[in-house]
Amino acid sequence: MAVITINSSDAGPKALASTRAAVVRSFRRGDRAFRLVTFTAALSVLIILCGVMLSLLFGAWPALRTFGFGFFIHATWNPVKDVFGALAAIYGTLVTSVLAMLLAVPVSFGIAVFLTELCPWWLRRPIGIAVELLAGIPSIIYGIWGLFVFLPFVQSYIQPFLINLFAPVPVLNVLFAGPPYGIGTFSAAFILAIMVVPFITAVTRDVFETVPAVLKEAAYGIGATRLEVVRRVVVPYTRTGLVGGVMLGLGRALGETMAVTFVIGNAHAISSSLLAPGTTISAVIANEFNEATDPMYISSLIALGLILFFITFVVLAISRLLLMRIEKAEAK
Amino acid sequence: MTLTKFSRLAVVAALGVAAFQVAKADQITGAGSTFGTPIYSAWAAAYQKVSGNALNYQSIGSGGGIAQIKANTVTFGASDMPLTPKELAAADLVQFPTVIGGAIPSVNIPGIGPGGMTLDGATIAKIYIGEIKNWNDPAIAKLNPGVKLPNLAIIPVHRADGSGTTFIWTDYLSKVSPEFKTKIGEGTSVNFPVGIGAKGNEGVAANVLNTKGAIGYVEYAYVTQNKMAYAKVINAAGKAASPSAAAFQAAAANVDWSKSDHYYVILTNEPGATTWPITGATFILMHGTPKDKKASEQALKYFDWGYHHGGDIAKKLFYVMLPPVTVKQIEATWAADIHTK
Repeated sequence: MAVITINSSDAGPKALASTRAAVVRSFRRGDRAFRLVTFTAALSVLIILCGVMLSLLFGAWPALRTFGFGFFIHATWNPVKDVFGALAAIYGTLVTSVLAMLLAVPVSFGIAVFLTELCPWWLRRPIGIAVELLAGIPSIIYGIWGLFVFLPFVQSYIQPFLINLFAPVPVLNVLFAGPPYGIGTFSAAFILAIMVVPFITAVTRDVFETVPAVLKEAAYGIGATRLEVVRRVVVPYTRTGLVGGVMLGLGRALGETMAVTFVIGNAHAISSSLLAPGTTISAVIANEFNEATDPMYISSLIALGLILFFITFVVLAISRLLLMRIEKAEAK
Repeated sequence: MTLTKFSRLAVVAALGVAAFQVAKADQITGAGSTFGTPIYSAWAAAYQKVSGNALNYQSIGSGGGIAQIKANTVTFGASDMPLTPKELAAADLVQFPTVIGGAIPSVNIPGIGPGGMTLDGATIAKIYIGEIKNWNDPAIAKLNPGVKLPNLAIIPVHRADGSGTTFIWTDYLSKVSPEFKTKIGEGTSVNFPVGIGAKGNEGVAANVLNTKGAIGYVEYAYVTQNKMAYAKVINAAGKAASPSAAAFQAAAANVDWSKSDHYYVILTNEPGATTWPITGATFILMHGTPKDKKASEQALKYFDWGYHHGGDIAKKLFYVMLPPVTVKQIEATWAADIHTK
């Protein structure tokens, strides 16, 4: 930007000094402007976040004031009588997400370990690309596939099998009680698991690849088996990244809307059986916001949004804490 | 022929201006009922060819339609649930019905085809309350002598989104079952204690088609188009009625719209031997003294065209038209209550 011309023949040292000062000043101005622009960009994030938070609080206030703490601990959701409680949706959100993580994390770790440690070279790329493609499928496709292909299969084969299998086992026969609806919490968690596997796998594979070959070779050198190398070298070395990958998956599972709406059954109820229909916060909002006319109804839906915001925030905070603790432990 | 870059640009610009002018000329804006969307869009496409006026209709649901017209962002709102005269007066709104349809209990039971079994209102209510849980229940068997019903769990399917179809359905069940009225009640979205929820008529249809043992309520058009199995329903006259355009019209024929208060009429559980008991109309809401008088006038012209020339389109889409007497009366209402001049 600044054009510097130094003409030494007719400018004295004084003039030269003042030109230089002007140039430096203009540089400083440029720096300051740059700083301001980037600072504004950074600030906008905070402003947007505060704006979202405030408008959610503002919108949710009538519902929170009317129902008080009861909003969080009652499962009744009755638009006819204007009685709203968020517990069923909160419960459904947490159960589907946790169940999805239980299913997805071991599979993702398995894929990542296989890809980085055991897989022959020629197979690495095809499997890697397949995983990435899986991550690129829009969630509505998972929903439609789930409803039309996966659910009839689950209702006819998988659920009757599970119900019969666990019938004599004390606790599990409650968790897997019939009748087989096909649709329900279990199916939603399963679809969610398929959706988050590529995310966790991608992150896990990338962090596994950062493990220095020297460390692994040293471990093999003293006679460690592959399992021991993974358990004692690879996982401890990449712990931080692994937690990050899992949290990324959990974040996606918590907020996922369309695919879950298709397969969860959208019933405002808490059932002891995992096969029974339930609902999640985002599914309720997607389904009911359109036709909610009553102010209390709308306010309750916004309050649900606020709760989801809060849950995501807590998950993030926990993952931060976890990472900090790990880092501290490593520093010792 | 090759166009230079500039002339190409000029053509594009000219087309853009032309499009803008058409859009500006007379665009009617409306929002609301998803049940009414197919007919309003089809009418609009045909009407545009005749008049050059386009309709911009947002299918956002009845609740949204009511909210949008109250907020004055559209020329008309569409709702499957009529507003009470009191609500209309409070918001300076005029309401009139456009077409009639019905909610049908579609089922997925091995061996049962369209009309292959019969239910009555009390039994359907008990299914949706969760008291009748299996298709071999004695209450269902009693209504279906000679029909073989399997030992299969009943999976009730309902709408998860707010819906005019839910309103018609729950209004009927509340009328025939006091227990349903106290336990669940009527409305566009109610709290069903059992079953699974799905989004839209198409969602309920897909769930019923995919789930063995399911029963779900959908608009007649979906039953016909998807060739779904359904149950006949015993009407107020005690006869097992099948859904058809004639059966919906039979329900509407009972109503003297001229005596209705602001067309606040619900067509469920009407008398008549062939009457389909779960019938309902869909409604349009407009301001009595609109802000944009010209736009409202255009909207009324559009609906008038629909009443008089839209019958064939309606029939193709499985909607039922209002009788001519009623149309005349609606036109009189327009002249008296909607001030477009």
